[in-house]
Amino acid sequence: MSEQKGTIIKVAGPLVVAKGLPHAKMYEVMRVSDKGLIGEVIEIKGDNVSIQVYEETSGVGPGEPVVSTGTTMSVELGPGLLESIYDGIQRPLPLIEAQSGAFIARGIEVPALDRKKKWNLEPTVSVGDKVIAGDVLGEVQETNLIRHKVMVPPTLKEGTVLEIKSGDHTVEEVIAVVEDTSGKKHDLTMMQRWSIRKPRPSANKKIPNEPLITGTRVLDTLFPITKGGAGCIPGPFGAGKTVTQQSLAKYCDAQIIVYIGCGERGNEMTDVLIEFPHLEDPNTGEPLMKRTILIANTSNMPVAAREASVYTGITIAEYYRDMGYNVALMADSTSRWAEALREMSGRLEEMPGEEGYPAYLGSRTAEFYERAGIVDCLGSDDRVGSLTAIGAVSPPGGDLSEPVTQNTLRVTKVFWGLDAKLAYRRHFPAINWLNSYSLYLDNIGSYAKKAVAEDYMDVRGTGMSLLQEESKLEEIVKLVGMDALSAKERLILESAKSIREDFLFQNAFDPEDAYTSLAKQYWMLKTIISVYQEALPLVSKEGFEIEKLLNLPVLQEVAKCKEIKADNLEAYAELIERIKKEIGKLAAKMETES
Amino acid sequence: MQKEYQTITSIAGPLIMVEGVDDIKYEELCEITLPSGEIRLGKVLEANEGMAMVQMFENTQGVGTKGSKARFLGKTLEIPVSEEMLGRVFDGKGKPIDGGAEIIPEKRLDINGAPLNPFSRDYPNDFIQTGISTIDCLNTLVRGQKLPVFSGAGLPHAQIAAQIARQAKVRSEGSGDFAVVFAAMGVTFEEAQYFTDEFRKTGAIERAVLFINTADNPVVERIATPRMALTTAEYLAYEKDMHVLVIMTDLTNYCEALREVSAARKEVPGRRGYPGYLYTDLATLYERAGRIKGRKGSITQIPILTMPEDDITHPIPDLTGYITEGQIVLSREHHRKGIYPCINVLPSLSRLAPTARKVTREDHEGMFAQLYAAYARGVEVRDLAIILGEAALQEVDKLFLQFANNFESKFIAQGEYEDRTIEDTLSIGWDLLRILPKTELKRVKEDHIAKYMDGKSAAEPEDSEEE
Repeated sequence: MSEQKGTIIKVAGPLVVAKGLPHAKMYEVMRVSDKGLIGEVIEIKGDNVSIQVYEETSGVGPGEPVVSTGTTMSVELGPGLLESIYDGIQRPLPLIEAQSGAFIARGIEVPALDRKKKWNLEPTVSVGDKVIAGDVLGEVQETNLIRHKVMVPPTLKEGTVLEIKSGDHTVEEVIAVVEDTSGKKHDLTMMQRWSIRKPRPSANKKIPNEPLITGTRVLDTLFPITKGGAGCIPGPFGAGKTVTQQSLAKYCDAQIIVYIGCGERGNEMTDVLIEFPHLEDPNTGEPLMKRTILIANTSNMPVAAREASVYTGITIAEYYRDMGYNVALMADSTSRWAEALREMSGRLEEMPGEEGYPAYLGSRTAEFYERAGIVDCLGSDDRVGSLTAIGAVSPPGGDLSEPVTQNTLRVTKVFWGLDAKLAYRRHFPAINWLNSYSLYLDNIGSYAKKAVAEDYMDVRGTGMSLLQEESKLEEIVKLVGMDALSAKERLILESAKSIREDFLFQNAFDPEDAYTSLAKQYWMLKTIISVYQEALPLVSKEGFEIEKLLNLPVLQEVAKCKEIKADNLEAYAELIERIKKEIGKLAAKMETES
Repeated sequence: MQKEYQTITSIAGPLIMVEGVDDIKYEELCEITLPSGEIRLGKVLEANEGMAMVQMFENTQGVGTKGSKARFLGKTLEIPVSEEMLGRVFDGKGKPIDGGAEIIPEKRLDINGAPLNPFSRDYPNDFIQTGISTIDCLNTLVRGQKLPVFSGAGLPHAQIAAQIARQAKVRSEGSGDFAVVFAAMGVTFEEAQYFTDEFRKTGAIERAVLFINTADNPVVERIATPRMALTTAEYLAYEKDMHVLVIMTDLTNYCEALREVSAARKEVPGRRGYPGYLYTDLATLYERAGRIKGRKGSITQIPILTMPEDDITHPIPDLTGYITEGQIVLSREHHRKGIYPCINVLPSLSRLAPTARKVTREDHEGMFAQLYAAYARGVEVRDLAIILGEAALQEVDKLFLQFANNFESKFIAQGEYEDRTIEDTLSIGWDLLRILPKTELKRVKEDHIAKYMDGKSAAEPEDSEEE
């Protein structure tokens, strides 16, 4: 299709209306004005085409041209994505810097993937092989962690390999020729393009039942998420959304991380950029950056590109999922994405829904999170890939009843509720254990039993119930004071306090404490709970004083049990033995005294 | 020669509609000439074919559909900048109001600036010593940070801001002084005068640029004032290698101005009538703080806002908190008790502090965590004591209560002209911790207790000053 040229008739912020584009299609990319700004069609009304422009529009006016490109907003997929940092529409920020300096100028066009770099392709098919969509044609060592699989694009259903090349090639060179069933020949390159608003297809979606291990104790033990699950982290500012998201990006056991900084602070992205190349992946020992792709659309960058950034990110994530990897995507924060929707909707003069958000906020949110999942990938080699999506939500004033949070909760199965009160107390991660939930508990129960311990779920259950009891008892204490409590209730309070302070509290900035393996988490909690379980028979007896129990020297060791190294888990079993012994002694002493 | 249009068709609040125009650009400046010959300035808010909506920076009193003329200038709002601006006072539109001559511009810059590439940013990590204990120890300010002050009507935020501007220094270098760019939006004459006098009195005016839009100045001008200030700051920081401290007061007035314009445009309102793009708009101000790789200068921002009804969930402080790197919250309760600076420690936060705490002194990290935890517990106990009576408290809780009281009177409270070094601050902290049993000091390292509290290592000179 040939290029069409239209004329601008209206400019209002990021919204530009043009006429004279009869063949414009929804979500088609347009180059706006003489400056060549990038925009996307979001509404067509008769002759008038509304375009949301991804760059600042000041200085643009009616009468200037709009040129259609014929393609929808799409991303380039191929080797070289890893270790990149992109803006919301997949322009590499280092290249933008090279062109325009520290401040981002307008109308810059830079390729997402390096056109000159050569990648060494090792073919996995030979001439004459039958291939179907998703089959791996060859592999490229993208970073020393990840082998990039060059796949038959999903649009090519079936065919025969006529040609396949090995050795060094750029992403634009033809590396294979495949003839489809109708006899048409397709030149394939290592690079594919995919429209960001269309989910990449898979063969079959499955029920997730393996946990995504994050190393954060309150998440893994109390509210686990699965590989292929969807979770959300709502919380007021200062409660630690970003620290939690970054901690997930650093330590979770996914193979690929896509981190979207959507409308957030510039310095936070800089922090990630500076820190990640130096941090080691706890699972492989390689720098974290080797498995990471960053999408940065900070809050001062154009608002429309913010809307696109989450789609850009999830499409890239799906691409790696299709290779059979476990991918985790963090979006910080989806509220900014929703606000971008609202801003555009307002400028289009659409009928507003709740709080000015467009009525389609719910369906757009659901569409986004449904792109997460564990799937049988396309292709004949039975690859399984997963995409876990975790979105931060920034509810105004911490009020969870607002539309973005509510729409997100409807589609995500894990809710990690951050609590300003806990943050004020400097209890981090400030995830409220009373209102957070995970609906994946049943899914991962059998995994945990097999991988960690038979009584894993029981230990977790006891821990949770102690915390629940504590909140009830605290109400009573507030009304009538500590003295009114029975010995058993005191014991519950002290045990819950120990769970809070010695188990749930975790310092994300301390390299030792920031990551805890699942097995160690289990043993830590089991140790803490064993004090409760051992002391429970004693409390009803005469002459029991809680202070005597608390003064046992072994309890000091319990308080520091996180310091036991992960490769020395037997030490926990020994500690539990000592707890039994010392509490036994205490019981014996009580007997003799009475 | 630009065309003049006599086709003003409607005027509503600060908005003027001009019809029959051609070749106009979005955000382009527009001059309206009144029949009296007076010229007023506005900018294009919506550019349509043959029609422009112009937002005036000044009020529209006296503008009529007949007799007034509109002229489009073909450029966006710019500010002339030069190093000579230091020591000068300007109004909200960038005109000198100190009786001095016009600035001879070195260049003219678009006041909207361009977004800073996150890849080009350098992470802020130079500790700024403000001489205020609660900030230095607990909410450490870092060069390139944006740290707002959440105040309320009647609280002494002006004094605190002036004290920070006076005392702020970076200790790692010899000349740690800051250039100060000050933007006042819709403040009273007295408050504006307070700052001007304060800067004059201490000689800081030599290194300061002041932009003053008082409460009786046009409302819409307020939208341009902070951008003028920040453009000047960017020029001084990135082209003249200065470290710039930008103080903006009061952001609440700025947001009200935005709301006024939004309402006049009949936009769909977001929360409490503020426009849906309030977050984006505020971000374009706050995100102009920072450092750039390979350049010497930096911009540190201290925006001040008054929370309506002291409500931190109000959209203005709420959205600000989501953009800025922490917040300093002032407390009416402290103020009533006569504590100056009345900083409410518990909800205050500096997000960039963890890196800054590493470069001050080894015990800073532990001291921060310990003071914070102990004070939080003390405040909790105080609440409990109100219900149960102090007598019903456990012994250890009584100590925490005592600690909280001491903390407020000795650590938070200090003189308006008292400039404490970080070492002073830390040793006050160790002094206060003395009354607590050592078993409760879980957040400080044991060797630091030995070194700084018990003074076993005589290496630190401030140990000798303690008790």
